[in-house]
Amino acid sequence: MAANADIKPAGWKLVEVGRVVYIRSGPFEGKLAAIVEIVDPSRVLVDGPSKNEATRCPRTPIALSAVSLTAMIIPKLPKAAGTTPVAKAWEKADIDKQWAESSWAKKREQQQRRRNLTDFERFKVMRLKKQANFETQKAFAKIRASAKA
Amino acid sequence: MADHVDTGLLKEYQVIGRHLPTEQNPTPKLYRMRIFAKNTVVAKSRFWYFLMKLRKVKKSTGEIVGLNVISEKRPLKVKNFGIWIRYDSRSGTHNMYKEYREMSRTEAVEALYQDMAAQHRARFRSIHILKVVEIENQNQVKRPYIKQLITKNLSFPLPHRVARTNKAKLFAANRPSTFA
Repeated sequence: MAANADIKPAGWKLVEVGRVVYIRSGPFEGKLAAIVEIVDPSRVLVDGPSKNEATRCPRTPIALSAVSLTAMIIPKLPKAAGTTPVAKAWEKADIDKQWAESSWAKKREQQQRRRNLTDFERFKVMRLKKQANFETQKAFAKIRASAKA
Repeated sequence: MADHVDTGLLKEYQVIGRHLPTEQNPTPKLYRMRIFAKNTVVAKSRFWYFLMKLRKVKKSTGEIVGLNVISEKRPLKVKNFGIWIRYDSRSGTHNMYKEYREMSRTEAVEALYQDMAAQHRARFRSIHILKVVEIENQNQVKRPYIKQLITKNLSFPLPHRVARTNKAKLFAANRPSTFA
């Protein structure tokens, strides 16, 4: 029996100053913001001075139950920093770019685009999906045949 | 001033009143109070309630001179508040000091009423707010439940998140994930 166990620290995303959160509900639903100060265990003050209009969020206190923590952090953000310094640090940490490249943002964008499709466009998506699936099935069949031989 | 809409949220009012002028005293002294109430009606009522305890003036022999709302100067700054209260419990009267971490004085007082209702089953009528002070120096924070929130580099995970479920559906196809 092995005497030493490999213990890794749990990779929790933490509620901390500088953590970027995604707002899930309320008037700023779908916006991004950085935690500026922790008010109490269930509430934080956030500020999201993004250059991108779609994800910009004004400085506001918000319940932690209304947000999801993202993996993004603005490093070394001082506690209770004003909007201008936050905007500077936001740009320096490239949060807008990081977010745009994340699979979370991409998936969200796709979901939104799909939701706004017309009936004919939905039909086109279905046809294209079928074509793509047909191609993968063909490729698999080829592999299966070569494995048998 | 015609603010009779009951929003259920407290406001801070400045109420100024005095005894009606009499022949003996044509210029009676003005009394000013800062009162937390949800509307002007309650604010004026509380003003007379407190003034009657302190001075020989009552509503029928007095008048309200001024009434206005005091709004928070910096509502986007997190502050620590110390609140002194006098509270009538079921068995006696007690003085208390409590601390709250909120964005405004009114929010702190609201939190106080909720807290007193929770911890002591105290109603609005059995609590007198004596003093609300912003604690500017963090070293002067006394209560451990506020001290823990102002520690340096505070961070914590959100380990068990229960998503709001759709009440219309009694059964779910999948177990909800509490990781997020």
